[in-house]
Amino acid sequence: MRKLLWFLPFFVFLGMGVVLYKQLGTNPEYMPSALIGKPVPDFTLVSLQTNRVEDQSSLPKQAYLINFWATWCPTCEMEHAYLRELAQQGVPIVGIDYKDDSNKAQQWLATKGNPYQLVVTDELGKFGLDMGVTGAPETFVVNSKGIIVYRHQGDLNSTVWQEMKGYLK
Amino acid sequence: MIPEIGHFALILALFFSFCLSLVPLVGYWQKNTVLLHTARPLTYLMSFFVLVSFLLLALSFMTDDFSVLYVSQNSNSQLPIWYKFSAIWGGHEGSLLLWVLILSGWSSAVAIKSRSLPSEVGPVVLAVLGMVSLGFLSFMLFTSSPFVRVLPEVALDGRDLNPLLQDIGLIIHPPMLYMGYVGFSVAFAFAIAALITGNLSASWARWTRPWTSLSWAFLTLGITLGSWWAYYELGWGGWWFWDPVENASFMPWLAGTALVHSLAVTEKRGVFKSWTVLLAIFTFSLSLLGTFLVRSGVLTSVHAFAADPTRGIYILALLVVLIGGSLLLYGVRAGQVRARATFGVSGREAWLLLNNILLTVLTLTVLLGTLYPLIFDVFGLGRISVGAPYFNTVFSPIALLLIVFMAIGPFSKWQQTSTSILLKAVLWPAVFAVVVAAWLAYSNALGWIAWLTLSIALWAALLTLKDWFAKVSAGSKGIIPRARQLPRNYYGMMIAHLGMVVTLVGILLVSTSSHETTVKLSPGESVSFAGYEFHFDGISHLKGPNYIADRGAISVSKEGTFVSLLSPEKRFYSTSRQIMTEAGLDAGFTRDLYVSLGEKLADDAWGIRIYVKAFVRWIWLGGLMMMCGGLLSALDKRYRNKVRGANA
Repeated sequence: MRKLLWFLPFFVFLGMGVVLYKQLGTNPEYMPSALIGKPVPDFTLVSLQTNRVEDQSSLPKQAYLINFWATWCPTCEMEHAYLRELAQQGVPIVGIDYKDDSNKAQQWLATKGNPYQLVVTDELGKFGLDMGVTGAPETFVVNSKGIIVYRHQGDLNSTVWQEMKGYLK
Repeated sequence: MIPEIGHFALILALFFSFCLSLVPLVGYWQKNTVLLHTARPLTYLMSFFVLVSFLLLALSFMTDDFSVLYVSQNSNSQLPIWYKFSAIWGGHEGSLLLWVLILSGWSSAVAIKSRSLPSEVGPVVLAVLGMVSLGFLSFMLFTSSPFVRVLPEVALDGRDLNPLLQDIGLIIHPPMLYMGYVGFSVAFAFAIAALITGNLSASWARWTRPWTSLSWAFLTLGITLGSWWAYYELGWGGWWFWDPVENASFMPWLAGTALVHSLAVTEKRGVFKSWTVLLAIFTFSLSLLGTFLVRSGVLTSVHAFAADPTRGIYILALLVVLIGGSLLLYGVRAGQVRARATFGVSGREAWLLLNNILLTVLTLTVLLGTLYPLIFDVFGLGRISVGAPYFNTVFSPIALLLIVFMAIGPFSKWQQTSTSILLKAVLWPAVFAVVVAAWLAYSNALGWIAWLTLSIALWAALLTLKDWFAKVSAGSKGIIPRARQLPRNYYGMMIAHLGMVVTLVGILLVSTSSHETTVKLSPGESVSFAGYEFHFDGISHLKGPNYIADRGAISVSKEGTFVSLLSPEKRFYSTSRQIMTEAGLDAGFTRDLYVSLGEKLADDAWGIRIYVKAFVRWIWLGGLMMMCGGLLSALDKRYRNKVRGANA
């Protein structure tokens, strides 16, 4: 029994290891958006390319992504290639050009390619406020019933997509 | 090309660390001196290649090589040159590289000094350090290399360093903190080597002591700098937040403090051996745990680092191997260690034992508070956070008790102290301290807690000075020659203990006698607060290298005489699009004036927060004194003389 006592620190440590292990997958910064489980808020925004006024009715009918981006955001530049890849796989993406200069944004899409099914400009950031975004890039998953089911802050890449694609249905 | 060479240098370092952790141990078991002697050159080789890869990463930052992912994420062409350098440790990968660089620095230092150790001890110690390096180098290479490129689509410019980190305090704070964290790996390596070789003599404690004191001094400086940085940079005038990252550095400090004291007992009296070994393992484990908590994203904090579960699993595995392995070894070996010496209940050993118990309790308090949210979550009880109230109520009384023992301890003799002598020595200073503190508390309208704390602080300071005076005035030689004869170790202790008192007074007064308010001011208006007149002169706009700012001008006067002009700023960093507040500060020995800009309200008016912080500088002054104390102890001549003696 006395001999076992010397191993006590080891067993305490093992117990702590288990606790830490269980916590690993969870993300403490994961703040479930208040909008999850709710429909996309109403909006009337101008399309970036055609100057048409778009609203709820212009949104895709199947499941899709809403991606907030801007030309001033270097991370958006990094994620752009991956968005195009997703678009080629047939994922519908709605782009929100967030607090940006429309001319620059048009040029950006012209030179880098356009992954978006629909792009609207949110020059004043009003729609961004309704969606509760804190910056760009930020991506939401909307399911086929028009309900927001997932939110991701930061760039969209293959690691993030692994988790995200499960929600897209 | 340069990033690839850097990456390759890391791979070479990994190779040498692998050899280092294996070859000398094989040499030890086979009693092969040739293999044992490879430890030193292998350490130098490993350290050299880590240094090369660090310098190459630095070069990539200096030359704005945004094809390197890490550089593009943490730097920007507009960034001033010194921040480009400090941006190396602005993110996860680079911090790890700095960690490993410092570890190889410590390993090389041990290698240089190891000539004076018994021939089989030095190589085993180096091998253990090699294993730690191996763990971290492989972690870096497999999950988080700073040299990953983004080709062919290179970013035109970088995402910029987190504006919070663009600050002089953050250039020096992480390296100092890591010097401390990583420095405890030396004590750890000595402890493991002692367990492996079964050589747990008093000389073991003597070899370990200077390294431990030195790391402790660095850690103290690192924490002090961090607290100072949080105070002026985060903009709400706090100096300690019980944030998980702060706790992560505070736990090794508490355990390290216990270790410094128990090593003293082990060296002088040969007792507490197995406890000291456990404490050395414990201290370094907490350093590793600190790294894990910050890096794995298990806990959130103000310090923004990416959360990535694959990395977390790797670090956890590393922890299990390193800490679990050493604790297992401890379980097998420590039982064989028996102390022959005994000690009485009133001897200095007993006081230091109390010190160790209290420090361990404090460490566990912080550990529990930090991990409690996790434990809570694991058992499915929901998400909660443990905040400052828990820490303040649980931590403060125990810490106060610790300072009482700190005051008495140095007065007691080894083995046995007569209670009446001890009582006589501490009684009169206690009476004096209580009376003076009562007068101070009364005249400044402070409560009984302040009175109690001030009494203890005064008493501890008096006893520390009295002990010194008793030592220098005894005997026939004059005071000055005797004062010069006292060992550096003693002065180290004295200064560190006084530093503790100074910090305690600072903490007490800043929490009881500070004032804060939020006011709405338009240019030209002024407000009276805490005896000062704050006049808002106006706002000007300016452009920094990578930000634009609104700078307020607030002139402060007291009873008609001008005191200072404060210029708080609100900066907008254009690349990362973040807004930062820079406080306007007037530092003083007994008070700080602290002003930060809030929101811009209607028509020119601004919300302005004003703090008058009493004695806040004392907190860091005490920290600096403790650091000096640690340095002095580490430099005690005794270690060098004895070492030379052992060599001859």
